[in-house]
Amino acid sequence: MDLSVLLSFAKIIAVIAYLYGLFWIMGLKVRPVTIAGKTLDLSLAINVAGVVVAFGIIQLALTDFGGFRILNEFDTGLLYQACTMTMVALGLNLIYGFNGQFSLGQWGFYGIGAYAAADVTYRWVNGDSSGLIVLGVGTILAGVIILLVGRSLSNLRRMPVLSSFTLYLLGALVSGYVAVLIGRWVSPLLNPLLGTNLEPGPLAQGFWLQIIYFLAVVFAGIFAAEISFLFGLPVLSLGSDYFGIATLGFTIVVYTLMVNSDTFLPFPEMRGGRGMIGIPKLTTWFWAFLFMMAVIVSMRNLIRSSYGRAMISVREDEVAARAMGIDVAGGKLLAFVIGSLFAGLGGGVYAHYIGFLSPGTFDFLIGFNPMIIVVFGGLGSMTGTITASFGWIFFLEGMLRDVLGRISPQAPSWRYVLYPLTLLLLMLIRPEGLMGKIEWGFLKIPVVPLRDTKQEGEVA
Amino acid sequence: MQSISRPQKMPVIVKPNSFLAWIGRGGLILLALLIAYILLRNLIEKPLFFVTNIINGLQLGFVYALIALGYTMVYGIVKLINFAHGDVFMVGAFTSFFAIDRFKLHEWPLRAFPTINPVLGIALGTITTILLSMVVCVLLAVTIERVAYKPLRDAPRIAALITAIGVSFFLEYFGLLDFVFSARFIPYPRPFEVTTWYIADGIHLTQPGEPIPENAIVISNILIIIVILTLGILLFLQYLVRRTKIGIAMRATSFDKPTARLMGINVDSVISFTFAIGAAFAGLGGVLYAIAYPSIKTLMGVYPGLKAFISAVLGGIGSIPGAFVGALIMGQAEALTASYISTPMRDAVAFTILIIVLLVRPTGIFGEPEKEKA
Repeated sequence: MDLSVLLSFAKIIAVIAYLYGLFWIMGLKVRPVTIAGKTLDLSLAINVAGVVVAFGIIQLALTDFGGFRILNEFDTGLLYQACTMTMVALGLNLIYGFNGQFSLGQWGFYGIGAYAAADVTYRWVNGDSSGLIVLGVGTILAGVIILLVGRSLSNLRRMPVLSSFTLYLLGALVSGYVAVLIGRWVSPLLNPLLGTNLEPGPLAQGFWLQIIYFLAVVFAGIFAAEISFLFGLPVLSLGSDYFGIATLGFTIVVYTLMVNSDTFLPFPEMRGGRGMIGIPKLTTWFWAFLFMMAVIVSMRNLIRSSYGRAMISVREDEVAARAMGIDVAGGKLLAFVIGSLFAGLGGGVYAHYIGFLSPGTFDFLIGFNPMIIVVFGGLGSMTGTITASFGWIFFLEGMLRDVLGRISPQAPSWRYVLYPLTLLLLMLIRPEGLMGKIEWGFLKIPVVPLRDTKQEGEVA
Repeated sequence: MQSISRPQKMPVIVKPNSFLAWIGRGGLILLALLIAYILLRNLIEKPLFFVTNIINGLQLGFVYALIALGYTMVYGIVKLINFAHGDVFMVGAFTSFFAIDRFKLHEWPLRAFPTINPVLGIALGTITTILLSMVVCVLLAVTIERVAYKPLRDAPRIAALITAIGVSFFLEYFGLLDFVFSARFIPYPRPFEVTTWYIADGIHLTQPGEPIPENAIVISNILIIIVILTLGILLFLQYLVRRTKIGIAMRATSFDKPTARLMGINVDSVISFTFAIGAAFAGLGGVLYAIAYPSIKTLMGVYPGLKAFISAVLGGIGSIPGAFVGALIMGQAEALTASYISTPMRDAVAFTILIIVLLVRPTGIFGEPEKEKA
C-alpha cells in the first residue's frame, strides 16, 4: 500500500464528509433566540453562513500560497467534473428516480447545453455577439410562445398529441427565425465593443465576460429544456421501455449532429468530429459551486412542493394518480423538462472548465454513466445521487486511474471492466442502490415514503 | 395540477376529424409526400442506381432480421431489452475470425480429404465455422442468462434492465482490452471468395480485372446466401413456435408465467432455450455480417444491435414476422438515406422512423393491441 493510495482514499472521504457537513448545516434548525426583547429566528442566517463557509473552505484549498496548494490542478479538474456530474445525475434522478421515466437522453441534453454555451462565449471572445443575441432572444421568445400556445390549448380535451406537438414546433421554429433576424440586425452594433481574440474590447474581459458566461450557461440550459419539451411532448406518451429507446435515439441523433456540425449544421467553429477548441476557460469554483447549489436547492424545493408530490405519485401508480385528479402527462413533462434544464446547465459549466469539446465526450456509451450513478446512489435519493457522483468521479477518474496507471500503462482501461462488474454485483446484492431512499440533513423530505418495496412491480 | 379556486371553463372536446386533430396528421402526410417525391424523382432519373440501393438495403435488412429475431423473442418472453444481444453478435463475428485466421477451420475438409471437390470443401468448412460461432454464442448467452438475469427474475424490471446494460458494458470493455479483441478495426478474412454477377442485358459473371459497366445492377453470392438463410430460418422459427411442443411452451410462458408453471412447463429452461435460439441466430448474423462487410471491431455490435431492436419494435415486439418486416424497412431506410440524404444521418433517420411509427401505431406494425392493465 502506497502513501498516495491512502491519500486518494483520504481525499474521497474528505470530499464526501465535506458534502455531508454542508447539507447538515443547511438543514440545521436552531431555536429562536431573544436578543434585547426581540425574538429572532437565526436558522436562515446560520444556513447561509454555513454555505458561505463551505464555499470558502474549498476556495482556500484551491488558492496558491506561494507554490503550495492543498488541491492540485488534477484534483480541481475532478472537483469541477464532479459538480457537473452532480447536476446531470440529479436531473436524471428527477426524471427517473422521482418520476419513474426511464430516460437515456440526459447525455444528449448535456451535450446540447455544452455546445450551446461554448458557442456563445467562443463567438463573444472572438468579436461576434450574434451567438448570445440569437440564443438569448430565441430561448426567451420560444419560451413565451410555448407558454402562450400551451395556454390557448389548455381548455381543449382529447387533443391529439401530434397536433399540439406540430403547433409547438411551428411556434419554436418561428421564434428561432425571428431570433436569427434580430441577431443579424443587432450584432453589428455590439461587435465593435468586443474587440478581437488578441485585443479584447471592453465587453469581452473581466466583469462583463463573467456576466456573459453566466448568461450563456443559463440560456444554454433553457435551450436544452425547450428542446426537451418539444421532444418529450410526443415521446412521453410512449410506454416506459419505448421511451427509454427513443431517448437513447435522441442521444445518438445529437451525437450525429455534433459530428456533422460543420457540414450538416452551419457552425464551422464547432469543427465537427475534430472537436471544438478555443473555448474560454471561465469556470471557477464560484460558478461551479453556485450552479450546483442552485440545482440542489431548487430540486429539493421542487420535490417538497405539491408538484413534486404529484411527480412521485405518478411513479408509484399512474392509474391511481390519474384517479386522484393529478395531471399525469403534465407532471411527466415537467419533470423531464426540469431534469434536462439541469443537464444543460451542467453542460455549460463543463464546457467552460474543459475548454475543448469533442463529440466523443457525448457518445451514448458514456451517456449511460449518469444512469449508472443514479442507480448506484439509489433511485429517488438526492443524497445518494450526490454522493455517488462525487464518489464516482473521484474514485474512477481520480484514484483508479492513478493506482492502475502505476501498475502498467495499459491497466487504466481495466477500470471500465471493473465498473460493469461492480454494477452487476450491486444489482444482484442490493438492487435499490447504495443509499436506497435515505436522505440526509437539508435534503430530508418530511413525507413518509409511500411504498418501500417493489416500486415498479411488474404488471403482467 | 391546477389550482381548485380558479373557476374553470367547460373544456372543448376536440373531435377526431376536426381541423385541430388534422394538424398533426397533415404534418406527417406532408413529410410522407416529401419522401415519396424524393424517392420517385430518383427512381425516374437513375432507375438502376435506385435498384442498387434497394439491393444494398435488402442485404442489410436481412442481417438485421437475424439479430432482431433474438430481441423480439426474448422481449416477448421476459419483457427485457437484452442489451447484450448486440455484443453476442460481435462475439459471433470474432469467433469466426479467430477460427478462420488462426486455425484455418474453413479449410479442414480440404486438408482432411485432399481429393474432395474444392467448392464442396469450402462450403463444408464455412458451415463448420458458422456452427462453431453459433455454439459459442449460445454458450455465452445461456451463461449470461443464468448468471445475470435469472436471479433477478422476480426483481423490479428496471433492475434486470440495468443488469443487461452492465453485461453489455462488460462484454464491450472487456473486448476492448488489448489482449482480447482490442479497439482496432481488423480486416476479416473471408472463408470463400466473393463472386458477383452484374445484370446489364443479361446476367454476366464478373471476371477479375474486368470493369463493370455503368448502370449495372450487381448481385453477389453473399447477398443470395444471406437471403436464403434468413428466409429459411424465418420459416423454421414459425414452424418451431406454431407447431412444436417447445414452441407452445414458449408461447404459454410469454402469455402468463405463473400459469404456465402450474401447467407443468419448466419456465426456466424455456427461457434459457429462447435465449439460446436468439443467440444462435445472432452468431450466424455476426458471421454473415462480417463476410458481407469484411472489417470487424469490438464495438461493431452496438449499432446493428440497436437498429435490430428498433426493427423489432417497429414490427411489433414479440412478433416474428413483425421483426422480419421491421428489419427490411430499417435496412431500406438506412440504404436510401445514405445515398439520397446524407450518410451520417442514417442513424438519426432510424430513430425518427421509430418515433413516428410508435406515435401513429403504438404497438408496432404487427403488434396486437395491448391488454388493459390492471
